Amino acid sequence: MRLLGREISCVRGGREVFSGLDFEVAQGEALAVIGPNGSGKTSLLRLVAGLLAPFGGSIALEGGDADLTLPEQSHYLGHRDALKTALSVSENLCFWRDFLGGARLDPAEMLAKVGLDHAAHSPASFLSAGQRRRLSIARLLTVQRPVWLLDEPTNALDSAGQSLFTTVMADHLARGGLIIAATHIPLGVAARQLRIGDAA
Amino acid sequence: MTALAALIRRDIRIALRVGGGALIGVLFFLSVVMLMPFAVGPDLALLARLGPAILWLGALLASLLTLDRLFMADHEDGSLDLIVMSRTPLELACAAKALAHWLAAGLPLIIATPILGLLLNLDAAPTSAVALTLLAGTPALTFTGMIGAALAVTLRRGGLLLAVLVLPLSIPVLIFGVAASQAAITEPTSFGAPISILCALSLVSLVVGPFAAAASLRHGLD
Repeated sequence: MRLLGREISCVRGGREVFSGLDFEVAQGEALAVIGPNGSGKTSLLRLVAGLLAPFGGSIALEGGDADLTLPEQSHYLGHRDALKTALSVSENLCFWRDFLGGARLDPAEMLAKVGLDHAAHSPASFLSAGQRRRLSIARLLTVQRPVWLLDEPTNALDSAGQSLFTTVMADHLARGGLIIAATHIPLGVAARQLRIGDAA
Repeated sequence: MTALAALIRRDIRIALRVGGGALIGVLFFLSVVMLMPFAVGPDLALLARLGPAILWLGALLASLLTLDRLFMADHEDGSLDLIVMSRTPLELACAAKALAHWLAAGLPLIIATPILGLLLNLDAAPTSAVALTLLAGTPALTFTGMIGAALAVTLRRGGLLLAVLVLPLSIPVLIFGVAASQAAITEPTSFGAPISILCALSLVSLVVGPFAAAASLRHGLD
């Protein structure tokens, strides 16, 4: 499995964010997208996720499930955690398990893995920012997808949470998944770097 | 199929919890209809004549009231991104969301109609006729309103825009809804034509609404 981006250019609101961007991520590999604020890291992830249309260029997943599109085989972990505050923690997770479909693991077990099992039945509105992040990570674990698109994944996580997430990413890569992460701080797993927006 | 059932279950559950839209719609409907006798005065014959129109207007406004949150809530918390990316076609997901909205916010209005009919001096037969026309017509309101909700999704205060976009589209539903109710009350023989057109409007919007909403959601994403 290989994720290929060729000559991608992105235009937002009439302004060119980046152009002529090439990248390649192979199975079991992580790509860290780095660059200053506003350089288009989030835009790149949203292009790969199919949430933005590229101005030019192509993005393709080679060797994936031929019946599914790239977004359908991807997890997107954005700035917003996609939680309903009116629902409980486990209701949120079970909804995404049922809605996203595909290969699934036990939500309760995954909640325990991210350290939220004690809060499973409390409303999601009571969660702190870091706990919301942990719940989003539980979603990545519960529904299995080969491609992970992570936007500042360790934001708001404490140091224990960060090391937990490092293990989670390492496991995902070891199983043959691939990761593209926009980040300011080192990911913690071996990753190639893609620098955008710099003069260099 | 499990995906759509999960989406419908989630939306209904949220609507029924505290702060959800279901109760707000019914309370608004109740207040609008309650105010009418005070505004029109104690003329019972006049109230009975205006009754179906008042009930229809109240139901229309109440269903608009909660519709603007249909996609905006999902957009704000990032759920919409995941719904767009998912393996479920966006058109079906839109249809499921509209169905859930109708079950949670539209159906309670219809159930409340017989009680509100008492306030407007409507007998059992006329109120059940109005409730029947609402049952046939409110799906059209929800499914056309969904198009406006999808267009207004990226706007901060899209509620007003939604009303401006959706109210003109709901005029045919209102005309035939009230016409069918009046026909049922005054001359039951001519009830067939308006209720058939009302059902047709609902069926058309059931098909057109999800496609139009999904298209505008895809364009509106950024």
